[in-house]
Amino acid sequence: MKTIKASYALIIYFLLYLPIGILIIYSFNASKYSTEWKGFTLDWYDKLLQNDSLIEAAMNSLTIALFSSLIATAIGTLGAVALYRYTFYGKKFLQSMIYILIVSPEIVMGISLLMLFAATTLPLGFWTLLIAHITLCVPFVIVTVATRLAGFDKSIIEAAKDLGAEEFTTFYAIILPNILPAVIAGFLLSFTLSLDDVIISFFVTGPSYEILPIKIYSMVRLGVKPEINALCTIMFVFTIIVVLLSQFLLKERQK
Amino acid sequence: MALLELIDLSKNYKEIEVLKNISLEINNGEFLTLLGPSGCGKTTILRLIGGFEEPSSGKILLDGQSIDQLPSHKRATNTVFQSYALFPHMSVFDNIAFGLKMSKTPQDEITRRVNEILETVQLSEHAHKKPSQLSGGQQQRVAIARAVVNKPLILLLDESLSALDYKLRKEMQIELKMLQRKLGITFLFVTHDQEEALSMSDRIVVMNKGVIEQIGTPKEIYEEPKTIFVAKFIGEVNTFECTLISQNDQEAIVQYEDKSFMLKTAKTISHDVNILIRPEDLRVERKFEDVRSPNYFQTTLEQISYKGTTIDLVLKLKNGNIILASEFYNEDSDALGYTIGETLYVYWVDGWEVILDAE
Amino acid sequence: MLNNSLSRFAIVSIGIIFVWIVLFAFLPQLLVFIASFLTKGSQQMIEFEGNLENYTRLADPIYLKIFWDSFVLALITALLCLVIAYPFAAILARTSVQWRPILLILIIIPFWTSSLVRTYALIAIIKTKGLLNALLLWLGIISAPLELMYTETAVFIGMVYTLLPFMILPLFASIEKIDPRLLEAAGDLGAGFWNKLVKITIPLTMPGIIAGFMLVFLPALGMFYIPDLLGGAKNLIIGSFIRNQFLTFRDWPFGSAASMLLTFLMLALVAVYYRSQKVVESKDSA
Repeated sequence: MKTIKASYALIIYFLLYLPIGILIIYSFNASKYSTEWKGFTLDWYDKLLQNDSLIEAAMNSLTIALFSSLIATAIGTLGAVALYRYTFYGKKFLQSMIYILIVSPEIVMGISLLMLFAATTLPLGFWTLLIAHITLCVPFVIVTVATRLAGFDKSIIEAAKDLGAEEFTTFYAIILPNILPAVIAGFLLSFTLSLDDVIISFFVTGPSYEILPIKIYSMVRLGVKPEINALCTIMFVFTIIVVLLSQFLLKERQK
Repeated sequence: MALLELIDLSKNYKEIEVLKNISLEINNGEFLTLLGPSGCGKTTILRLIGGFEEPSSGKILLDGQSIDQLPSHKRATNTVFQSYALFPHMSVFDNIAFGLKMSKTPQDEITRRVNEILETVQLSEHAHKKPSQLSGGQQQRVAIARAVVNKPLILLLDESLSALDYKLRKEMQIELKMLQRKLGITFLFVTHDQEEALSMSDRIVVMNKGVIEQIGTPKEIYEEPKTIFVAKFIGEVNTFECTLISQNDQEAIVQYEDKSFMLKTAKTISHDVNILIRPEDLRVERKFEDVRSPNYFQTTLEQISYKGTTIDLVLKLKNGNIILASEFYNEDSDALGYTIGETLYVYWVDGWEVILDAE
Repeated sequence: MLNNSLSRFAIVSIGIIFVWIVLFAFLPQLLVFIASFLTKGSQQMIEFEGNLENYTRLADPIYLKIFWDSFVLALITALLCLVIAYPFAAILARTSVQWRPILLILIIIPFWTSSLVRTYALIAIIKTKGLLNALLLWLGIISAPLELMYTETAVFIGMVYTLLPFMILPLFASIEKIDPRLLEAAGDLGAGFWNKLVKITIPLTMPGIIAGFMLVFLPALGMFYIPDLLGGAKNLIIGSFIRNQFLTFRDWPFGSAASMLLTFLMLALVAVYYRSQKVVESKDSA
């Protein structure tokens, strides 16, 4: 029974990683079209460096991902703490909206934002993408932080108040350090969501600001060029390094 | 013949030995308690019998049949879990009926037996409630009912009363004992509460660090502890480390600091010996003339605490050691009039001490 | 909106999230709702002429088939994910505590690469001259290559692959929460493997099952790029349909009506989830 369980888990893990492994291998494959291995090459990485529009789209994506996840983390963390600590008129509405946003199909959010931007005649580009991605990420940050807050001992907050701490000090000096892992997790989740989002971006992006998923989408339909494999390999390694680094720093802090 | 037999049972978790060569026989219809501090292995024994864990070595025989290879659902044992482990999504009735349904008992018999046991534990009007709607004591009864309705050969109770508050626990102790008599099922009860063990059990098994320290009736365990651990775990005890001076076939003379005591014993005593005396076996007098034994101490009173039925005295010996004495309270007792710092004489009646060789 | 007793910090932190959600989530949805009752204009995008025509148009068999197909696609995807993920989540939830965070991160890591690129890598695996066929031919399991690309099977493979973690994570969370003593108690009372699963584990993990189902089913309804890339856009699904109404045909009111339909479906599922959650929460206080 134990071996059956272990092998089932292993097969699932293997299948999850298979496409990525193939993608990475292909980024070093000398053959352009065939699936056959035609020898090791770094040509695609070289070609990638010369493909300015692809590099630009990647940089744009990273920029949007960084800013939107930072802002979403700030808004979401404050929001989660507010929902945890205070009672106010409209709280139920806010909570329901957040849960609905998480489960709602991205296309619904995409077209609704497109409509808003059209109604306000806001030109599609950096700002519309930024707003859309923040809106996409905020509910996920709130839920991540709220989970952590649920296990938080409320008497600690009362103790801080009792000792004379004001609201902001309580948040900054007492609550924030305790929920920091969740805040960082929320940030990382937002970063991933933003970087990978296709559907919402599809509706709110404009020709003035091209981001990677949309660029790739238009390219994939014509057949992917191997330099995209190279680009994805680089970004995959990059994200893994960032996450491992943050995990490591977090562990250090906790010591 | 014993109903349940543990033969040379051992259990290791990785390198840690939780149980070391436990052998134990449990008789049919008995109320047996495994007593010991947390981590002594008592719960592990229960889990091995229940089939939730496998022994590292040794055998378990139930009614003469080896059961250690059977999965828990094929054993004629049932467990009352510490946290009750009631199924939260089922009503009280369905919880109790669960085991009968699993054994494919006919529906009308299930209904009859569940209703019968519900009446026994006085929960008939709660049959359709969910466990979360019941009080702690009621949940406890459901857990017991759910186990006994299957008529197991032996009922295993794991710290089953420890989640209840003091008063309720006292009531449940009595109810549980009565239930056991009524059902005639063998109970194997695990607790760390010595009072609970003393008041409920036919026999007690005192455990420490994975081994059995002593098996005996509550009276034997309390009055004739075989080890210092047992003496100290069951109630308060004063210990005096003495050395033997001389011994004949009727008495022994031992030395404690600068005093010597005469003990009436026929037992052979080793050179280093511990004299154990329970606080309630010590007599306290103000005047030296009232002391009726050569085995006495002169002490200074450090503290008095009034406990309702007893008055507990903390007394300091000349050498600085502290001993405890408790006197049964009565209106005429001198004890309440004692003042802190006053000199008191303490002695014990010949033969009330326990003599144990030093380990 | 706020209690008088709240401090300035409280007002600011509540205010920001409240304004953001109202402005960028509630208001846009309201616009879609209103637009769904309007008409496509010849000059402007939308003409302010209110009626139910968009909804009656959706009742056309052509469109009903689109909805039905999408519904079936999403449903089968969600069920496949459930069947694959449940044993996996159960195995994970019973590993030792120190390994669990690592095993969970290992599920999420593959999703740090672009889902589009992963979909493309899937194409490389399942296409006629792809790795899967090469492997199966080499093993002698098949004699002629399987034509998987641009079939429903390909779409299911892609959907399940992309959405599986959304099923695993809530299932894991709910299975992990089950008190192992409950399963021991069930075993003690005579329940074997199947009875434990059917009578104890599944009922107690219902919220996780429904949550996972929603997190797969709903995105699957709107996911247009995987059916496009792997299915060759042979069968139109709601996602592609709404996209086309907005970006190709420029019939925003009609697209809005379709989107509202999707929204109502989602709200209905949320309501179901909320109720199941409530039932279990009252159990949790046991």
